[in-house]
Formats: sequence, structure tokens, C-alpha cells
Amino acid sequence: MSIIKAENLRFVYSPGTSFEKTAIDDVSFEIEEGEFVGVIGHTGSGKSTLVQLLNGLLRPDEGRIILNGKDIWEKPKKIREIRFKVGMVFQYPEYQLFEETVYKDIAYGPGNMGLDNEEIDKRVREAASFVGLRDDQLEVSPFELSGGEKRRAAIAGVIAMDPDVLILDEPTAGLDPLGRDALLSRIVDYHNVRKNTVLLVSHSMEDIARLADRILVMSHGKKYMLDDSEKVFSKGRELEEIGLRVPQITKIMLMLKERGISADTSVLTVEHGFNEIVNLTGTAKGV
Amino acid sequence: MKEFISVNNVYFKYDQESDDVKAPYALSGINMTINKGEFVAIVGHNGSGKSTLAKHFNSLYLPESGDIVVDGINTKDDDRLFELRTKVGLVLQNPDNQIVAGVVEEDVAFGCENLGIPPEEIRKRVDNALRAVDMYEYRLHSPDKLSGGQKQRIAIAGIIAMEPECIVLDEPTAMLDPQGRDEVISTITDLNKKMGITIILITHYMEEAVLSDRVIAMDSGKVLISGTPREVFSQVSLLKQHRLDVPQATDLIYRLRSCGYDVPECVLSEEECVEALVRLLK
Repeated sequence: MSIIKAENLRFVYSPGTSFEKTAIDDVSFEIEEGEFVGVIGHTGSGKSTLVQLLNGLLRPDEGRIILNGKDIWEKPKKIREIRFKVGMVFQYPEYQLFEETVYKDIAYGPGNMGLDNEEIDKRVREAASFVGLRDDQLEVSPFELSGGEKRRAAIAGVIAMDPDVLILDEPTAGLDPLGRDALLSRIVDYHNVRKNTVLLVSHSMEDIARLADRILVMSHGKKYMLDDSEKVFSKGRELEEIGLRVPQITKIMLMLKERGISADTSVLTVEHGFNEIVNLTGTAKGV
Repeated sequence: MKEFISVNNVYFKYDQESDDVKAPYALSGINMTINKGEFVAIVGHNGSGKSTLAKHFNSLYLPESGDIVVDGINTKDDDRLFELRTKVGLVLQNPDNQIVAGVVEEDVAFGCENLGIPPEEIRKRVDNALRAVDMYEYRLHSPDKLSGGQKQRIAIAGIIAMEPECIVLDEPTAMLDPQGRDEVISTITDLNKKMGITIILITHYMEEAVLSDRVIAMDSGKVLISGTPREVFSQVSLLKQHRLDVPQATDLIYRLRSCGYDVPECVLSEEECVEALVRLLK
């Protein structure tokens, strides 16, 4: 059974005014439990609106979101509980830290869930260790942490709610390659241990290519495609037409194919690309 | 080429008041020159000192020791600070933090107004600047309705309108989507090639650095390596040792060459890489 399902979603900003804009237009899809799904699309394609619909921050004008078989808006007064189940890490989450200590900040979400102190303590420590914060860092002010650590603390605050679905909106924006890789590997570790469902919104095609099982491509408020990563990126030209790019290594394979070399266009990493070229030299030499 | 900026043995640390002699230096002994009309890319990871250095070029930060001289003006010379800042404009990472007005053209005019330029002259400069970044048709729009790439181009237009000789851009594309990134990078290369503006681009993206005339890689407050993109990116093992990326095209060819395949020493673009592979596979 799918964990989350969108049925004919439609969402319009500022309806009835001159600023009226349809941000989400008849979008349907299903995501299976335990999947790691990448969400890509150009700026203004509706990605951020879509993820806000999925955790009930926005209410669709039409259509339904089914979480674990239930319409999330069935009981509008209970929508807060949905946000514990679908945890959302916003862009630049470090700007949302506010408590006196890192510990209290991470404990804020689980506290709101009405858990007892013992459980909260356990969750705070687990979440902190998942994101790579040390025990002694829990007692300092979040504002004393470095930029990358602040961001990890903010993510820990969401992980501590132990959501069934974790949504991350551009979690690596502004980080350098080192910080980016460190953060993503934490998220992957967490995903592997908890087997929860992750939706990762990103502009970095290289990251999405490396991590996601499937990719949801948004364009102008519509679902452009939802398919396995290899299949999505093998459509390089189509992605370029909607303002997206494929990883450079994939682009190289596509260009080789256009030159009449039967290169595998589902290549997403340099390692894989290297092996592919080595194989091709084998066939070329008739070895 | 005429020398425009010279950096002589510059040291800088953030906590200068601290008695702690072990406080780390963000810049430790930087020497470099940047020529007039050059397009220089400075790469390095967080904490390498590249942004700290960028903020020295127009005197936002002053060296603890050593000197930076921009077109004859020492950045420590308080009396000529205003003149210095009209020569060197700075564009930052987050476009939302750089936009001050409610209408695009007013935002672009902001810097000029501060310089006390007559209104008719401002009008001309704003129009030209907006055309240079290809945003003229948006001049009466509200900036908050624009995409990230468009906002960043507005921020660049505001700098161009002040007619600086040099623009320093501190990770201007870090927050943009691929299309926005392309827009900003092609704007930057146009400013350099068509208007002759000296460009110093601080970036994480090696694909952007390969477009420059010269790449300077920094690590731990020092210059690790400096040279043409081809010279720098042929040092794949050195760069990897310092945990710096190279473009995927460069990496692929490097790995093939390391395994004895007959490919060039260094490629920088997808096109060069494909040519090399086609030759290899024929």
C-alpha cells in the first residue's frame, strides 16, 4: 500500500485577485512506504507548494491527500497530527532555531506531541546522534554552532518527531561540497536505519541522481513525470526543455549516443561512467 | 595587462581583540594580483578563506597585516573609501538580502542615488544596466515576484549602474536553480567580455570556474594553486587531496588516463570530453 497518495491536487494562490496563480494543477501520484523520492523542477514549478500540501500546511482547492489510507483533511481540527507524521524541513531551517539550548530546540517538536520526558530525552539524543551532533553540543545555545551544525540541529528537531514521511526542501542549499556530502550521508543513514519514506527537494541533479530511487519532476504546476532515476535522467533533452539539467556525466553519455556510440544513458555517477567507457573500449577492440 | 588589484602578504583573523595567540588566521599570507579586464574564479570549500578575501577587495574587511591596493588605492585609506567602493562592487549569495526597493528600477537606482548622481544620468544608467542583465522588460515589476535568478540579475544591475571597474561576486549562484545559474553566469561572462569589467567570481561550482581566465584554489587561508583552468584542473590528485571537486568531465578523463587509456591530459568541458571519448572508442 502506498504511504502517501495525491489525487488530482489543485492549488491556487490569491484566487479571485489579479495575482491569481495556479501553483498546482491536477497532480496525482503515489509514493510507497520506505521509498527515497527526489523532487525536481525549475523555480516556480510548484515543488515547494506541493510539499506544503503534503503535510497539511496548505489545503488543496481540489483533490485529496491520502496518508496511510486516510484523507488528511478528513478532520481539519486534527491536521496538527499530520505534521508529526509528515515531518518537514524547510529551506534554511537554521533560521528557525529559537530555544536557549540545542537540546531544548530539538525537544520542541516531540514536546508538542505530548510525549513523556523520558521518551523526549531518548528521541533528542538519538536525533542528535543521527545528524552528528555531540552530547556536549546539546547544552550550548544553537547560535553558537557553525552554519552547518545549526542546519543539522534544525533537521534533528524534525527527525526527533520520528515522522513516517520526512520531507526536506533544499537541505543542502548554500553548503559547500564537503558540508553537502556530510549532510546527505547523514540523511541516507537515517533513511536506511529507520526505513522511513524520504522526499528530497533539490536543485542538485547530481545529488538526486545519486540518492533517489524515483524522481518526481514538476513543471509549471503539473507532474511532468515520476519514474526511476535512470529513466528520468535518460530523457536529458526533455529535461533541458523544462529548464532542468542532467548531471554532466549523463549529458556526456547522451552526447556520445548522439554521435552513434551505444553508450548507456542511464549513467548517473562518474564511477559508473568510467566502467561504461571501459566496457565500450572492450567492445570497440573486439576483446 | 595592467595590474588592477594587488594583494601583498595579507593576514586576517576574525577575533582580532582576542588574547588567544592560537586563534586561527582566516587568511594567512595571501599574495596575488588581478589584472584589469581579467575574469578570475576563486574556489575552495567553506572556511578556506575565499569569502573573507572577497570582502577585503572593497574594504568591508581590512587586513591585520599586509596590504591590498586597488587601482592605486590602499583599502586601508579611509579618505578614499568612497572612491574605492565605486570601483569595486560586491554581489552576495542571497538575492533576497540585497533587494531594498518595491520596484525593480528603483532597486537598481539605489546605489547610484547614494553616489549623488544627477537624476537624468541615473535614468540612463539604470536602463542600460537593466538591458545588460536582460531584465529591462521587468523594470516596473515588484522584485518579490521574480525568480531567484532574476533577482540576482537585478542585484548585479544595481552594481553595474554604479559603473564599477570590477565586480566581486561571492557565490552568486549558490541559491539558484540550474536555469537561474546559467542566466547569471552568462550575464557575468558578458559583462567581462563585452564591457571589459574585471570579474572576481567566488564559487563552489567547478563548471563555472572553467569559464574563467584564471582559477585560484584556496585552502586553509592560503593559495593552494593558481593558473589557467587547464593548468589547475590538470592537478586532479592535488585538488582531491584537498577535497576539492573537479568537473565530472575532467574527472572521467583523468580516471581513464590514470588507467592507461589514450586520452588527453585534461579536458574542461562536456564537448572536449566527448571528442576525446569518440577518438578513444573509434
